[in-house]
Amino acid sequence: MTEVSVAKEDAAAPGELVVLKSVNKHFGALHVLQDIDLTIERGEVVVVIGPSGSGKSTLCRTINRLETIDTGAITIDGKPLPQEGKELARLRADVGMVFQSFNLFAHKTVLQNVMLGQIKVRKADKKKAEANARLLLDRVGVASQADKYPAQLSGGQQQRVAIARALAMNPKVMLFDEPTSALDPEMINEVLEVMQQLARDGMTMIVVTHEMGFARSAANRVVFMADGRIVEQAAPDQFFSNPRSDRAKDFLSKILHH
Amino acid sequence: MGFRGRAARRRDHGGRRVAPSTYPTHPEAREIVFDFLEGYDVLAAFWLTIKLTVFSAVGSLVLGTVLAAMRVSPVPLLRGFGTAYVNIVRNIPLTVIIVFTSLGLADIFGMTMGASDDFPLQGFRLAVLGLTAYTAAFVCESIRSGINTVPLGQAEAARAIGLSFSQTLGLVILPQAFRSVIGPLTNVLIALTKNTTVAAAISVAEAAFLMKEMIENEAQTLAIGAVFAFGFVVLTLPTGLLLGWLGKRLAVKR
Repeated sequence: MTEVSVAKEDAAAPGELVVLKSVNKHFGALHVLQDIDLTIERGEVVVVIGPSGSGKSTLCRTINRLETIDTGAITIDGKPLPQEGKELARLRADVGMVFQSFNLFAHKTVLQNVMLGQIKVRKADKKKAEANARLLLDRVGVASQADKYPAQLSGGQQQRVAIARALAMNPKVMLFDEPTSALDPEMINEVLEVMQQLARDGMTMIVVTHEMGFARSAANRVVFMADGRIVEQAAPDQFFSNPRSDRAKDFLSKILHH
Repeated sequence: MGFRGRAARRRDHGGRRVAPSTYPTHPEAREIVFDFLEGYDVLAAFWLTIKLTVFSAVGSLVLGTVLAAMRVSPVPLLRGFGTAYVNIVRNIPLTVIIVFTSLGLADIFGMTMGASDDFPLQGFRLAVLGLTAYTAAFVCESIRSGINTVPLGQAEAARAIGLSFSQTLGLVILPQAFRSVIGPLTNVLIALTKNTTVAAAISVAEAAFLMKEMIENEAQTLAIGAVFAFGFVVLTLPTGLLLGWLGKRLAVKR
């Protein structure tokens, strides 16, 4: 393991890292998150699945306050989620986020993308930031693309750069919002492999995905959402072989046939 | 009227003669056609036009960017100020603004821009102020439309790595927004170049001021008009071509 992986003390200290307590959110008339209670332990990999429109992406985005919540409370590492401002920016730096559409900074090279946060948020020395960025790019397998612009990369490469960009902040937890949904089929695996390695290294991860294979192999826990509620949560083996709720059975029957 | 007579008059009060070396082929013909230019410093007038343009362009780019930042900021007061500024300033005729800087700011409020006893300099600075204030409203709107071309995901990604609002704007959004509005900003710059002629209203001796003077004194009004029209095309055409090329080169690929 390299020094860029999860800090030891974070992985070692037991306890709750992300806690959501009776979180509610509306989009107009749509009650998109209904009384969500969810606790994520340090080092845990939680996969959130569910039909589209079930609120799983919204749930993911509330955790670093890209979406605000109406009622309820979210704490990260014991601290409640701050309102807008410096405090919030500091918290976001500790919460890595990987988006469905990659969202690499289009006017910056791959290397600059990974260095930006280190220099501007962590106030890291430029040389150190570059060394760290190159190390991370090597780790996600795109070191040779460092001086290219995002548009010159394939989707899979872009997403791996996006993971490296998030890792560069040394986050306590990583959020993945459907990281493979915008990828061509043959590029999905290269991204999932990076995520699996990350999970093995002990990173705390919340992954919204449709990749059931990843859920089976990497998750400690599967959270099944439907219609804005957490319907069921269980270990992956148990969930996939023996779902308890009808809603989950129905969902699995639709996606596991082929 | 006799050409010779006019040429002779030119020599009388023009004072200096152009060196023969600048007339390589038919000195006589050239002297006759352009003799109405003699005694007037057209280049100096256009130089003042260029100075007005450059200073106002830089000023309005800065002010316009600040206004655009205000208009997209999360602070309602700043947003309100930005919106009010743009809607008030861009709807007032430039002539009114320029005349106000002189008759209002300078004469009534005593704002002489650090040049109370140097009237030409004071006029120049007031004109730059008026042109900057006016053009900034248009720059602001161009940049704001550029901000709207940057996908929302860029700002979300910037915020997600912990950048503050101003960092997100300055490091991620504006650099991309500028590149997408080089075309519209070129239009604003060309309009500004031509708008500098309004400074003649407060006696700034730029190109249009000289043109007016020449038209009063000389007979060849069409030729005078053509010379000044040509002068402005010489200023703005290369600007447009250069910035058009730059806009293509710097376009952000997605």
